[in-house]
Amino acid sequence: MADQTDETKGILKRISETPVWESVFRTGIPRNRRQRMMVILNNVFLHLHPVRLPKHGIKLKYTWCMGGLSFFIFLALTVTGILLMFYYRPTVEYAYGDIIDLKEQVPLGIMREIHRWGAHLMVIAVWLHMFRVFMTGAYKSPREFNWMVGVVLLVLTMLLSFTGYLLPWDQLAIWAITVGSNMAGATPLVGTSGPGSSLLAIGDVNFVTPSSDARFALIGGRFIGEAALLRFYVLHCIGLPFVIMIFMIVHFWRVRKDGGISSPL
Amino acid sequence: MGENGQPQNTAQTDPVVSKPVTRAGMEIASPPEGSADTAAVDRRSFIKWLAVGWSAFAAVAAGYGALVMRFFFPNVLFEPKQSFRAGFPEEYEMDKVSERFKGKHGVWIIRDSEKIYALSTVCTHLGCTPNWLENDNKFKCPCHGSGFYKTGINFEGPAPRPLERFKVSLDDGGQIVVDKSKKFQQEKGEWSDPESYLVV
Repeated sequence: MADQTDETKGILKRISETPVWESVFRTGIPRNRRQRMMVILNNVFLHLHPVRLPKHGIKLKYTWCMGGLSFFIFLALTVTGILLMFYYRPTVEYAYGDIIDLKEQVPLGIMREIHRWGAHLMVIAVWLHMFRVFMTGAYKSPREFNWMVGVVLLVLTMLLSFTGYLLPWDQLAIWAITVGSNMAGATPLVGTSGPGSSLLAIGDVNFVTPSSDARFALIGGRFIGEAALLRFYVLHCIGLPFVIMIFMIVHFWRVRKDGGISSPL
Repeated sequence: MGENGQPQNTAQTDPVVSKPVTRAGMEIASPPEGSADTAAVDRRSFIKWLAVGWSAFAAVAAGYGALVMRFFFPNVLFEPKQSFRAGFPEEYEMDKVSERFKGKHGVWIIRDSEKIYALSTVCTHLGCTPNWLENDNKFKCPCHGSGFYKTGINFEGPAPRPLERFKVSLDDGGQIVVDKSKKFQQEKGEWSDPESYLVV
């Protein structure tokens, strides 16, 4: 390596030939088709992408890029959400005040607004994505399974939106979640006001009561209070993101395996 | 691959060679007949133990699942008790709606010319808390506009049935005791139950 051409090499060229550089970037500068593929395949982040795309696959007017946008917004919500967690305390005493402080006292008070508006945007993007997939018939064989995974992702997005709704702990939040969580009480068999709730009983002892039904498991009490706030917080910040990420991995993987984006089959 | 980079398909090309040959050209050592290895685990007992193993695993996993479910139902609730003392009957004015226990217990205590009854503050539409409007002489829910008379009967808005009443009784000292664990619904004809009101 060390010959007279060293003098004439550019600084970038010399850096790209150091052992450190070569240990990180295995493939070198891609100069042909194979090397271009290897660059994608050898990088953990890039390998999520297909190594090559059909030209029509990047047509915006066909896909609207709504799936990609949903994921991008999810990433933005993850980043801003983690930042909000540094200030927000999920207790009846502090929650509402912390939300106000996040807006008025914390530097970059717009962070909470980004999270809030991003949440609205993600719900809209996911719905539009589903609408596009339906209208282009992209749910058809062999993509039926991925459609079902997508339906689960839609429900998880709704649940993330629902659990996040309570956290500001204002009147709108409390009563919206009161109304929403009462639906869990109407679950068949395991909700007190649902059909068949009296079937799970031995003699006079009814096992499905306001203190032991599906609604109770969701909000941790008989009404929306401290326990509900904490449960929704944990679900919103840890539980549901964890589950939705697993389903997203499967979803993106199957997009590739079932023929790539928007290709006719 | 063999040493020269070619597959050595000697078993196919030369029928005389009967020993199986791997692609790496190494012979597979077949165990001697009736050795300890083959006698210990035959197919039947392997599948049997496989079934036993997976059944045990599934049982333990189901047990953990049940424990996790149970985890979400705490033994102690830090909420106001279902049953509470609400003072003496004389403390309640005739034809007035008392909001004294609305905030803590979710109960209005109402006295009319002949009785005292305890009305639930949970709207029968979707569970919000209506407001008592003294001037309009009605309960009005801010969420979706359901209206109820002082008796609890619904007359406007989406509420499908009257507000519920709770069990009221007098303790030894003459104080009113409201028991929220026992409710009375008008549409089931339960408001005529003597436990649902106090004669004064």
